Amino acid sequence: MKDKKLEVSALKDGTVIDHIPADSLFKVLSILSLQKIEGMITFGTNLPSKRLGKKAIIKLSDVFFKDKDINRIALIAPDAKLNIIKDYQVIEKRIVQVPDEITGIVKCVNPMCVTNHEKVPTRFHVLDKKQMKLRCHFCEKMTDKEHMQIL
Amino acid sequence: MLNRSLVSITDFNREEYLKVLSVAADFELNSYQNLLQGKVIATLFFEPSTRTRLSFESAINRLGGKVIGFSDSQTTSVTKGETLNDTIRVISNYAELIVMRHTLEGSARYASEISRVPIVNAGDGANQHPTQTLLDLYSIQKTQGTLENLKIFMVGDLKYGRTVHSLLMALSEFNTTFYFIAPDELKMPVEYKLHLEKKGLKYYESKELEGSLGEADIIYMTRVQKERFSDPIEYERTKNAYVLKDSMLCGTKDTLRVLHPLPRVNEIHPDVDANPKAYYFQQTENGVYIRQAIISLILGLK
Ligand SMILES: [Zn+2]
Repeated sequence: MKDKKLEVSALKDGTVIDHIPADSLFKVLSILSLQKIEGMITFGTNLPSKRLGKKAIIKLSDVFFKDKDINRIALIAPDAKLNIIKDYQVIEKRIVQVPDEITGIVKCVNPMCVTNHEKVPTRFHVLDKKQMKLRCHFCEKMTDKEHMQIL
Repeated sequence: MLNRSLVSITDFNREEYLKVLSVAADFELNSYQNLLQGKVIATLFFEPSTRTRLSFESAINRLGGKVIGFSDSQTTSVTKGETLNDTIRVISNYAELIVMRHTLEGSARYASEISRVPIVNAGDGANQHPTQTLLDLYSIQKTQGTLENLKIFMVGDLKYGRTVHSLLMALSEFNTTFYFIAPDELKMPVEYKLHLEKKGLKYYESKELEGSLGEADIIYMTRVQKERFSDPIEYERTKNAYVLKDSMLCGTKDTLRVLHPLPRVNEIHPDVDANPKAYYFQQTENGVYIRQAIISLILGLK
């Protein structure tokens, strides 16, 4: 009998997202709208990781991301690494990059901001990618890492 | 500036500030010009501000334009739960330009992205009020003959005061030296100081108003509001330390002028009013010319 573990892990074509902080797994699934995907998704979480303590990993059959889409997770999974698989082989490795602009993921910290009252998708200009300083496109207030709330 | 919204002071650049000021100077010489004849401008004051609204409406009327709008959202469909989105979409069909004031910060930027016509921000909460800043620049230029190389003293609430922040951003294009006089709780935020450092501009900070004004070309006073203090005793102690009195203007430059965005509470003692260095009442009058200039430039009439 073939190894059952391998059966689950093997991916013919698709994407593996590794090095997600374990507590961000469900947010990553939601930011990438993976609940809408028809294909096979496997994920593991609370796996030991030297860098992250506990990490999560997601394997997606027949799903390939555009940079613009995958970079949306950079806020909550800055160390995430992607392996692109074709015919069981890793054909490309990618890292995520914090984009210059972030729409619709983070809540504006300012209670008086129009985005907290009207149905306006939030939008931020990333002023500092290391420290994660975001300036709201609308109210111009800063939201920093410490106060960042994911929608 | 043609067909562009004016939401934040940084939407315009140095050349555009100067253009607005020079057109405003034209209007000061001849304020009644029929440039807006047959045109409709909307003034939407979701948050009431009689002073600002009348200044805009005076500007529009002097140009022969018609005004539609409201002075208070209590009397409109906005109170029936209509979204800002819907109000702006509808009204942008009725007018050539929309002037709006709203309590929500970022509301004017949002409106400018859904409106079919340009938006002029007349204040979005504590965020921006660019026509105030332009009229401040106009007042400074008019009284000093230039905007270049001046020593500008900003006094009072430098932490929350949107007028000083916008004025700082605009003046940082003109090699200004800044003097910030504020209590610890209301100091100029770091981000603005960093901006000045990046621009290579000098600034000085102090807690003392008395005896510090000898170098000043402009003293820009702001309200110190009680609700800004976490400790009411601290407020009581502080408020009197940032009141400008006539005696403090002894030994200051002859060309010094005192500005204040008004309304004042008690931060300028009434004994300053009679001093020729007091300029805050003329300052408001300049607002009409500035608003005439902004509207005409955006609509391509100047
Ligand atoms: Zn905001």
